[in-house]
Amino acid sequence: MSPQEASEMDTVNPAEADFTPRDWAQHPPYLSPGYKSTVLRSPRKPLIPMRQSLSVRTGPAFGHDSLDPLDSDLTQNGRVNGEAIGERIIVTGRVLDESGRPVPNTLLEIWQANATGRYVHRWDQHDAPIDPNFFGAGRCMTDEQGRYRFVSIKPGAYPWGNHHNAWRPAHIHFSLFGPSFLTRLVTQMYFPGDPLLPLDPIFNGVPEGSRDLLVSRFSIDVTEPVWALGYEFDIVLRGRHATPMEA
Amino acid sequence: MLKQTPSQTVGPYFAYAWTPETYGRRPLATNDLTRNGTTGEHIRLEGVVYDGEGAIVRDCVVEIWQADAAGKHQPGTAGFGRCATNDSGEYHFHTVKPGALGDGQAPHIAVTVFARGMLSHAFTRVHFSDEESANAADPVLATVPEERRATLIATRAAGSFGTVYRFDIRIQGENETVFFDC
Repeated sequence: MSPQEASEMDTVNPAEADFTPRDWAQHPPYLSPGYKSTVLRSPRKPLIPMRQSLSVRTGPAFGHDSLDPLDSDLTQNGRVNGEAIGERIIVTGRVLDESGRPVPNTLLEIWQANATGRYVHRWDQHDAPIDPNFFGAGRCMTDEQGRYRFVSIKPGAYPWGNHHNAWRPAHIHFSLFGPSFLTRLVTQMYFPGDPLLPLDPIFNGVPEGSRDLLVSRFSIDVTEPVWALGYEFDIVLRGRHATPMEA
Repeated sequence: MLKQTPSQTVGPYFAYAWTPETYGRRPLATNDLTRNGTTGEHIRLEGVVYDGEGAIVRDCVVEIWQADAAGKHQPGTAGFGRCATNDSGEYHFHTVKPGALGDGQAPHIAVTVFARGMLSHAFTRVHFSDEESANAADPVLATVPEERRATLIATRAAGSFGTVYRFDIRIQGENETVFFDC
């Protein structure tokens, strides 16, 4: 990038700069028949291209008042009368845009099953125990460098009805906002080496070359001695074009 | 350039995280965008979400983002709402009718749809049936094939609690809602 371009970028009002398009080479198509629920829940008509006006370039900005002190520690925020059961984990990483710039002060929500593969959700009928000391949902905010950190319990795999002997690999759901209505992202983080990954139609809905982007890395540096295993998971949101595209 | 992190479905079990009031937890956002003294015409925006066979979708989340009655996007979260569909596939918001932004677009609300079975979310927007002349001049509606525009127009009616705009969302099918690439 030339100094002039960098300088222009600094002076662009974020609300006036277009965002890069959703990259459909990375995102799953709506119809992915291996995941049966997509068959009737996939838009089939062509998406209509829409210019990015102020009404979608802007978006909600959550402040620290959206957070409670225990929101980022899932081993504590559901505690009733004892410790949550399972393998303690630390999940941390950076939220970046496609140019590698940090996305600071943006909110993340996570939710997950407990160590036995059971959600506290009232519809979950899986015959595995609920942990009375684990709720399974949390929030946090990235810092100025785009870094986030959660403490949790490693979720278990669980069966689902998609096909015979179908099991979801262990995963944590992530929801991010970023600076715009357009940067919204809902995704799932997986764990390295999980033998269920190649069998999972939701994971496999992602184009083949990009699936690894959803698999966290084990990190001995993040791991805290005698306490919790560390995993790193970086998330890349749509970035801004250097200059407004709109004339 | 880094690659965008791929999207995944919200799944069926988001409620305790996204709409956790019924689990005794504080929600991040609700379906009520009005406060004491929020100026403008208070409205109820409501609808049902349907799948490709016309069955209701009860594990869907609708998020909205809008300008205030003066056509300004307020900083913070004031223009943001989130509502999960209920057991009848219905969602609703209490909000104010947004003003025009002044950029030639008709008053509208930006909408995102998430559901089990949707690996990527879908973008659409709500226009208002009583804004006929503004809609006719709207540059986004103009890009939509005429026979599909009605899927983006919420129908105004007087309800027992005030003004209601009806905006059903058809994820797939003959009258599939227009979704945007933006």
